[in-house]
Amino acid sequence: MAKHHVETTINGEPVEYLCETSQTLLDVLRDELGLTGSKEGCASGDCGACSVTIDGRLVCSCLVMGVEASGHKIETIEGMADGENLHPLQQKFLEQAALQCGICTPGVLVAAKSLLERNPDPTETEVRYWLAGNLCRCTGYDKIIRTVMDVAAEMRSS
Amino acid sequence: MDTMRYEAPGSVDEAVALLAGADGSRVMAGGTDLLVQLRAGMISPTVVVDIKKISELTTVTEDNGAFTVGAAVPGAELSENAALCKAWPGVVEGMDLVGSTQIQGRASLGGNLCNASPAADSVPAMIVARAICIIAGPNGRREAPVEDVAIAPGKTSLAKGELLVAIRLPKPPAHSGDAYLRFIPRTEMDIAVVGAGVSLTLDDSGTCTDARVSLGAVAARALVVDDAAKAIIGTKVDDAAIEALGAACSAAATPITDKRGTVEFRTKVSGVMARRAAAIALERARSN
Repeated sequence: MAKHHVETTINGEPVEYLCETSQTLLDVLRDELGLTGSKEGCASGDCGACSVTIDGRLVCSCLVMGVEASGHKIETIEGMADGENLHPLQQKFLEQAALQCGICTPGVLVAAKSLLERNPDPTETEVRYWLAGNLCRCTGYDKIIRTVMDVAAEMRSS
Repeated sequence: MDTMRYEAPGSVDEAVALLAGADGSRVMAGGTDLLVQLRAGMISPTVVVDIKKISELTTVTEDNGAFTVGAAVPGAELSENAALCKAWPGVVEGMDLVGSTQIQGRASLGGNLCNASPAADSVPAMIVARAICIIAGPNGRREAPVEDVAIAPGKTSLAKGELLVAIRLPKPPAHSGDAYLRFIPRTEMDIAVVGAGVSLTLDDSGTCTDARVSLGAVAARALVVDDAAKAIIGTKVDDAAIEALGAACSAAATPITDKRGTVEFRTKVSGVMARRAAAIALERARSN
C-alpha cells in the first residue's frame, strides 16, 4: 500500500509528509516531523499527554490517524510560545513549579490554553473537569489547577 | 508494510458502495473507539471508511423544533448547541459523559451507538428521547428506533453495506423533560456501572401522560423498561410513583458481576439511578 501524501498546517506553517494508514497523528508528529513535545502516555485516549488541537478543537493525537490531518490546522505544544516569549501558562508553570516529572505538562498546557480561549474566567470545578482527561502520575494536580486559575486571573487583568 | 486502506468518501452513496464492496471494512467517525481497538489488535480491517468528509454526517440541523444530528458530529458540538441543550438536555448530558474534553472533540452519538457497548452513556438517553436512526444502504434508506440498532456487545443490526447517517430527535412535547444519570465510582472519566434515562410528559394539571425509561450497563444491550414508564403514567409523579418506577427498573435489570460492580449492586442501583433521573426529568417537565 502506497503511503499517503498529506498536506496540512502545523503551528501556522504548511507541512507535507508521507504516512501509513496505521500511523497516528502522534506517530507522525514525533517520528516523522520531530515534534516530540507531544508525549505518548497510554496510546488509548485516557491520559491526554498527546493533546493537540485540530481546527481549534482539543483532541488526543493518539486517537487521530495521521492521514486525517490533511487540510486541517494542527496546533501543538511547539507552537505555544511566540518565539522566545513563553505563553503566560508556560511562564507561570515554571514560576510556580506546576510540574514534577514533566511528561504530562505539554498536554496539560495545550488543554489549559484551549480552556482559557473558550472560558477566560473558569471556576475551579470547570478547570478540574476540563483537565480531567490529562493524567499526572506524579499527582501534582493541585499546583496545576491553581496555576491555571492564576494565569486566567492574570490574563483577564492584562 | 501497511495493508489497511483508508478512504474518505465525500458522499453517503460512495461510503455505502465502499462498505458494500469490501469485506472487513470499518466505519470511522471520531475514531475514539476504533483506534483503540486497532491498537489493541482487536480488529484488523481491510479498509477504514472515514465518514467525516460527508457534510450530512457532520452537521446538526433543526426543523420546527426537531433535530437531525449527523452520525459523526462530535459531542463537544452538541454541548455548544444551545437549542439542542434546551430541547434534549438528557441526550446532551449522556453524550457529554463519554470520556474527557479531548474525547468530546471527536466522539459522536453515531459512534457511541454503533460501537454497541451495553454501557454507552448516550444510548439510554437517546432511547427515551424516541430518537430515530436514519440508515443508508445499497437498497436506499430506512429508519429504525435507536433501541433496535445496538443489539449485543460490539454488535449492531446494521447489514453489510449499511451506514448510520444521522439520528433524528423529535420536537419535545410541551411540559416534557428528559434526563440521564449514571453511577461511576469516580466523578469523571469512567464507564457506567449503571446508566438510567427517563423522559416524561405532563398535562396541564401535572399528571404524567407519557413516559419512557431505559437502563444501560445492566444487560447485553440497553433496556427499555415499559413497566417503569407505566408506573408513573397517569400519576402526578409523586414519591410513591417514583418508588414504583425504581422498583420496576431493579426488577428489569439482568446485570452481570464484573470488576465494576456485582449483580446485587447493579440491580439495586438501577432503581436508584432511575428514581433520581425521573426526579430531574420531572423538574424539567414542570418548567417547560
